[in-house]
Amino acid sequence: MQLRLVLATAAVALLSAAPALAIDVKIGVLNDRSGVYADLSGEGSVIAAQMAVDDFKAADKGINVSIVSADHQNKPDIASSIARQWYDQDGVDAIFDVPTSSAALAVSQVTKEKNKVFIDSGAGSTDIVGKSCSPNTILWTYDTYALANGTARTLLKQGKSSWFFITADYAFGQALERDTAAIVKNLGGTVTGDVKYPFPGSDFSSYLLQAQGSGAQIIGLANAGGDTVNTVKQAAEFGITKGGQSLAALLVFITDVHAMGLETAQGLLVTSAFYWDRDDGTRAFAKAFAAKNNGKMPTMVQAGVYASVLDYLKAVDATKGKDSKAVLDWMKANPTDDPLFGKGSILANGRVLHDMYLYQVKSPAESKGAWDYFKLVDTIPAKDAFQTVEQSGCTLG
Amino acid sequence: MSAPADDRTEASTTPVATSDGRHHAVVFVALLALLCIAPFVLYPVFLMSVLCFALFASALNLLLGYNGLLSFGHAAFFGTASYVAAYAAKDWNLTPELAILLGTTAAAVLGTAIGALSIRRQGIYFAMVTLAFAQMVYFVALQAPFTGGENGIQAVPRGRLFGLVGLDNDLTLYFVVLAIVGCSLLLIYRIIHSPFGQVLKAIRDNEARAVSMGYKTNRYKLAVFVMSATLAGLAGATKALVFQLASLTDAHWSMSGEVVLMTLLGGMGTVFGPLVGAATVVTMQNYFAGFGAWVTVIQGAIFVVAVLLFREGIVGVLSRWIRKPL
Repeated sequence: MQLRLVLATAAVALLSAAPALAIDVKIGVLNDRSGVYADLSGEGSVIAAQMAVDDFKAADKGINVSIVSADHQNKPDIASSIARQWYDQDGVDAIFDVPTSSAALAVSQVTKEKNKVFIDSGAGSTDIVGKSCSPNTILWTYDTYALANGTARTLLKQGKSSWFFITADYAFGQALERDTAAIVKNLGGTVTGDVKYPFPGSDFSSYLLQAQGSGAQIIGLANAGGDTVNTVKQAAEFGITKGGQSLAALLVFITDVHAMGLETAQGLLVTSAFYWDRDDGTRAFAKAFAAKNNGKMPTMVQAGVYASVLDYLKAVDATKGKDSKAVLDWMKANPTDDPLFGKGSILANGRVLHDMYLYQVKSPAESKGAWDYFKLVDTIPAKDAFQTVEQSGCTLG
Repeated sequence: MSAPADDRTEASTTPVATSDGRHHAVVFVALLALLCIAPFVLYPVFLMSVLCFALFASALNLLLGYNGLLSFGHAAFFGTASYVAAYAAKDWNLTPELAILLGTTAAAVLGTAIGALSIRRQGIYFAMVTLAFAQMVYFVALQAPFTGGENGIQAVPRGRLFGLVGLDNDLTLYFVVLAIVGCSLLLIYRIIHSPFGQVLKAIRDNEARAVSMGYKTNRYKLAVFVMSATLAGLAGATKALVFQLASLTDAHWSMSGEVVLMTLLGGMGTVFGPLVGAATVVTMQNYFAGFGAWVTVIQGAIFVVAVLLFREGIVGVLSRWIRKPL
């Protein structure tokens, strides 16, 4: 008994002595694990965070990272109470992912109050880095402006100048339509009309017929998730793309395309911050990721979690501590660089600048296998892809 | 016929009533003592959320358990009050007590309007009518410019109570919430055990008979509907300050369903049932969050078990064991 105690004490002493200045970091991955966004964030984001910790070799650098995760069920009150509890009781230092803008805004608020770090990858409201911006919040992957901008700019460059919008009638849909329409008009295009439908919708036939009748070259879909999937499916039944019009879905994830199938989705234009088959770096990551995630390729949200955890750990390593202000200052002062998003930087309002891409969904004939879905149409350089701090309406910096 | 013992307790008035009051008082005091110690052991924000939902469920229980009206649209009152209180505190810079008061009043006004129309129907039709009104409120919350759409009203300041006491400290706020909820529960207890409450129970058990005895049942039903809506609003307004946000979740139909679940699980028609039900459901949502997708499955399974094995709810079963109404 006593021998065992001595041994145990010795072992504990050895373990704690080995990394001389160990920093214990606890990160929380908070996202949707049971609802509509579970596929594009969910457990995959936790896997991505763990991969970032492993790839960074955090343990060798004297940083002990533990990861906790929870389901916010896309409800802001649950998100805010979990975040509070994590910060107050469980000693969480930084929260990652958080899809659903309302939940993200709530977590951003709590993070600011507790002076911790929040790096969002899953949500897309420009308010997060705009009028509700916080010095403690960073928005990594995308936002509605970048989606609107990416799609509209490139298509106008190709001479597709007349647009018709099918818009989900709630704040997100309206913001997406407003931003896109503004860019279209700025660049000399025209908006021939729009139709707003109550969210969520299931029968889009009359809206699609209106869009078809408008004669616009591009039908912009200012909606997301199941609504987009349904609109695209029904558009395929009406043969809209075969009639010469193009569908531009303003927010589509690769998991949505996977759900629709190429037969339905082919020809769809998609703005994305990440595609697994872009270069060697992304392919290597995707291969390792898919092996751990039942063969499913990473979405841009999961890629964003990987990249943001990596950058956060770099900052912890560089500042030799986890003081929120020091870490955030370091992240904003130094360029970001990772295999998935390449080189970039972080603005004072927390907006991460990186290249965005416009992809087109391949036809079944072009696709060489599972998850081979996108072909590159255009790259939008980081400096043109996002709003500047002044445009965002954020008063920081 | 089935339970002669119960009939006797109902029939004999004074002596049993005082003994009822005594054991209720004991439970109340024990509960209060427990809740005063609780924030030093458990996480205060979690406890505040339990308290708010306990009040919400008790408000529904007043209508469902004591008047037999199943409202499937109580989220409308909860959500409206939550939005109004949040807006008043954030954009008009009102002190928290005024914001809560304004939110509660809004719920009372809405309750009067919806109640006056819905009580004309009974049973499943009543439930559907309330659900329909709640959906209308939900769409207003989604579309109206001041609600912030699906982002809700965020960053609501907790402010200073009466302009004096800062509520940013979780513990201070906890005791304020405890006072609000405690007083409301006592009020509900008083309503249930008043002559008015007796008439409500008579209407629940046999409306035709109550009418034949000369009671204008519609007035009673409207009165209790408005009381229930007002108290649900008080819960919503308080919750808005606790979480510092008002969102669509508060007005969504699933919130109406959740509060029915809490009431049924805890024990419909019991004084303490809704408290236990709310505590159970909120605990599941908070502490099982780590199970991810399994939370809703576990919640569903527990509900199925509750319906199959103890239909009177947790407190209903306890009350049967100790042979005293709780």
